[in-house]
Amino acid sequence: MSPVATDISARTTARTSAETLSEEDVALLRQDFPALAEIVNGEPLAYLDSGATAQRPRQVLGAERDFLIHSNAAVHRGAHTLAGLATEAYEDARATVADFVGAQADEIVWTSNATDALNLVAYGIANASHGRGGEPARRFALVAGDEIVVTEAEHHANLVPWQELAAVTGATLRYIPVDDNGVWDAAAAASVITSRTRVVAFAHVSNVTGFVAPVAEVVAVAHANGALVVLDACQSAPHRSLNLAELDVDFAAFSGHKMLGPTGIGVLYGRAELLNALPPFRTGGSMITTVTMEGADYLPAPQRFEAGTQPVSQAVALAEAVRYLQRVGLDRIEAREEELAERMLMGLAGIDGIRVVGQPLGSPRAGLVSFDVAGVHAHDVGQFLDAQGIAVRVGHHCAQPLHRRLGLTATTRASAYLYTTTGEVDRFIAAVAGVRPYFGVA
Amino acid sequence: MSDALAGLYQQVILDHSKQRTGFGELEHADAQRFERNPTCGDEITLQIDMEPGTDRIASLAWHGSGCSISQASASVLAGLAPGLTTVELHTTIDEFRTMMRSRGVGEPDEDLLGDAVVFQGVSKYVMRVKCAMLSWVALEGCLADVA
Ligand SMILES: Cc1ncc(COP(=O)(O)O)c(C=O)c1O
Repeated sequence: MSPVATDISARTTARTSAETLSEEDVALLRQDFPALAEIVNGEPLAYLDSGATAQRPRQVLGAERDFLIHSNAAVHRGAHTLAGLATEAYEDARATVADFVGAQADEIVWTSNATDALNLVAYGIANASHGRGGEPARRFALVAGDEIVVTEAEHHANLVPWQELAAVTGATLRYIPVDDNGVWDAAAAASVITSRTRVVAFAHVSNVTGFVAPVAEVVAVAHANGALVVLDACQSAPHRSLNLAELDVDFAAFSGHKMLGPTGIGVLYGRAELLNALPPFRTGGSMITTVTMEGADYLPAPQRFEAGTQPVSQAVALAEAVRYLQRVGLDRIEAREEELAERMLMGLAGIDGIRVVGQPLGSPRAGLVSFDVAGVHAHDVGQFLDAQGIAVRVGHHCAQPLHRRLGLTATTRASAYLYTTTGEVDRFIAAVAGVRPYFGVA
Repeated sequence: MSDALAGLYQQVILDHSKQRTGFGELEHADAQRFERNPTCGDEITLQIDMEPGTDRIASLAWHGSGCSISQASASVLAGLAPGLTTVELHTTIDEFRTMMRSRGVGEPDEDLLGDAVVFQGVSKYVMRVKCAMLSWVALEGCLADVA
């Protein structure tokens, strides 16, 4: 029994190798990823959890190692040779990442992950609301009556910091509701964003539904109302070409580990003018100009946000990951993942008792699919797949409100990346088809 | 794969996850606890009723949602607990916890645990130990409340 349709779509098969990654391209680049050769529970690993964290190519592993062997030192401190090399590599990495997302180097702040980046903005605004940052920071200050707008589909990382900000400033947190499929549209956003709105924060691509947000429309409404736009780009930056200046968002956040880079490094993008006005969240060494016993003056952005000894080898390795993605081509990665998502959706559609969450087949969707299996808890689904070497994510994917709205406590998520093969997707589909029979519910 | 899975999903566990002993609510409860597994969102509310004037459990009921392991574990516990004293239950819970922390080795006391020994296979799966413990932790809380 093969629930996978043999022909995905006319459009898919018509794509050339300049437009998408062929099976041969994928087979070649998989050789760069040692982790993909692992045997798990006696079966070749089928890693379908890149939405949580991606595997790393040897080029990235090598860049980090080379840096540590030849140039390791603290940056922006000291004057010896290695300190110079390290500082140069660290700043070159910033320029590489800036170029990758259409930004200037001084608009890129290193953080430890996207969560940290989002907290940096929320707590910066909180500090401004408490009068820190002087006159330039007043534009950020929130008072009772002001509103912060998020969506009902947010990852907790882009929800809880805003709840905290509302709690400490007296502002009100409002949200753009999702429909029964767990998605929303520009009209829903426009009905929630008003002249009271000061911040609008949402995910570019949902980590649960793969929904691609109408960024331009939301930015237009938000800016027309004088609100700042904060984009959670965690699930977009690794998978599609991104130009943050063109998107005209005010802040954006993403994590290195989801884009072939290391853990411990993330990125906050902010328009230069805004970053230089936002009060710092963390204070201490390396972010100051003059310190007396009474107070301190801060460096301009991005240094003012980078207190303490920095994750240098991680930044260097992230830049190598960015170069790897650029060599493969973000447009091809996006096209390939769209094909894989379609293959997953068509395969799942042929299995009884599967409810896929998110927009219906045929609407744009990033390369991930979350679903419920009637009568079988997601943990049991995940365990059953794991026994066949297939790694998927199970649970609420850090989006409890969305799951609650969908009437579910947990789902199973399969997420693809540039190294995912159609064979892996087919194994996954065949395995899912066996779940309900195994647990005796079909 | 089926060998590995069979150790985890013993038939007793699969049966209990469907025919759930004690699933429901008590009309009168001397203690009630709510427990939640934050990593997966699984929830359970567990209630006990004591035999009047004793420290013996008369009945135990539970409800909630979760994976087959957490559901089966609560079901087995509901079959085991009624008729036992709080002291006996503390000993049983301790034995169960020791088994769940054993990573699949060790010799659980079958006289004490009864059907619950089938969860020894689960103890090899570190990620699933919390699922099996959920109802037992809730019962521990109830015992503290009636002490
Ligand atoms: C949409 C989205 N936002 C935020 C995050 C948080 O990323 P991190 O845990 O790397 O900070 C994730 C990843 O888990 C995500 O998928």
